Amino acid sequence: MRTDYDIIVVGAGPAGSMTAKHAARKGARVLMIEKRQEIGAPLRCAEGVNRRGLEKAGVPVDRRWVSTDISGAKLVSPGGHVFRIDESQAGNEVGMVLERHLFDKAMAADAARAGAEIWLKTAAVDVIKEGERVVGVKARREGEPLRLTAGCVVAADGFESQVARWAGIDTSLKAGDITTCFQYRMTNLRTEPDYCEFIIGSVAPGGYIWIFPKGDDTANVGIGVLASKLEKPGEVKRYLDDWIRKDERLSCGQPLEALAGGVSVSPPVERSVMDGLILVGDSARIIDPITGGGIANGLLAGMHAGNVLGDCAQAKDFSEEAMMPYDKLWRDAMEDRLWRNWMAKEKFLTLSDSTLDAVIETLSTANVDKMSVHNILIAIKERHPELVREFEELI
Amino acid sequence: MIVNIEKCMHCGACVGSCPQNAVYLNEIVLEFNEDCNRCGRCVRICPVGALKMEGKR
Repeated sequence: MRTDYDIIVVGAGPAGSMTAKHAARKGARVLMIEKRQEIGAPLRCAEGVNRRGLEKAGVPVDRRWVSTDISGAKLVSPGGHVFRIDESQAGNEVGMVLERHLFDKAMAADAARAGAEIWLKTAAVDVIKEGERVVGVKARREGEPLRLTAGCVVAADGFESQVARWAGIDTSLKAGDITTCFQYRMTNLRTEPDYCEFIIGSVAPGGYIWIFPKGDDTANVGIGVLASKLEKPGEVKRYLDDWIRKDERLSCGQPLEALAGGVSVSPPVERSVMDGLILVGDSARIIDPITGGGIANGLLAGMHAGNVLGDCAQAKDFSEEAMMPYDKLWRDAMEDRLWRNWMAKEKFLTLSDSTLDAVIETLSTANVDKMSVHNILIAIKERHPELVREFEELI
Repeated sequence: MIVNIEKCMHCGACVGSCPQNAVYLNEIVLEFNEDCNRCGRCVRICPVGALKMEGKR
């Protein structure tokens, strides 16, 4: 059994698989380890993504992992005002809801075809450092401890983000930058089969309730609540159960699956590379702080990381300096947007239900033809400039 | 910390939220190491209320 590689990717989510694929494609010896026994399961995702995000990362759409094509979105205020965005004319901005169980496996399969090795039931438990340089990971494979050495370790361990912290990069979050989530896949619903719905206000403090269609009368029905707004244990699930009981389109439904998870809604990490270590995906805190979406950003960061690491492997140089092009690539692609949306989130969570009602009511008369946070912020800027004053230069 | 293993969904929300990086989750068990300073953030954050602090009801 080989235990030395150019690159060891910890975590076989979309960001890890993209990194592994692109690095292996350039000839690097890549091992991707996954602590679970199955890639893509258990699910921790509402599964929404837009076509543009996939396109930018060079991932062609494969119908086998698409659950449902989306025609538009509905933003619902506490008082029941609806801001409807119809996407029928919006081209590649149109969203879709994935089958992550299949999508994650397809991304990992691409990595394997490019030459990456994959080990399941293999958990990283610490990093190995020589001085300030990361030179590998301590792992457990089916319970057996082992040392794996590499030119570079890729922290693709998702929201947990432990690998980076073991190495000395602080990715810890304040409570106001964490959203705690709970979701059911429900069936026998009476919701719209091709609209994503977002319900905001005190029903989900600092977050929202979502309904993302999964074909016919089935949907992902979930909630995210900002951790700083939580008081009692188990509140998140109760908030969602309360809403489902009250919404008669949902109360007739039954659950097929339940899942939970944490989502960062923070600014991105200050440091994404160090000697022998690189951060990709959720572990780098690059989830969109307004939508909570992380798939597209993770794929794109993974693509850039893999390309840079492939070059580093050829040059046999995994120093921080050699990997800095990755830091620049992902920051150029998304950092301004992440900061803008973080500021928008900080403002959003101060708004009362009555203000949210007024905003959604006026927005419902706006003509926003593409479903994006940016377009919604432009419409808010026109009608409620006071709400975006602190960050209007970013809109 | 006390983990109610019948409630825990192994989602990792507590792991990524822990300021001390003191929680570890493998496929089956959730473990707290000696860095845990009983700040209680994980108790509030757990989406299903599976965690409580020893000595508290």
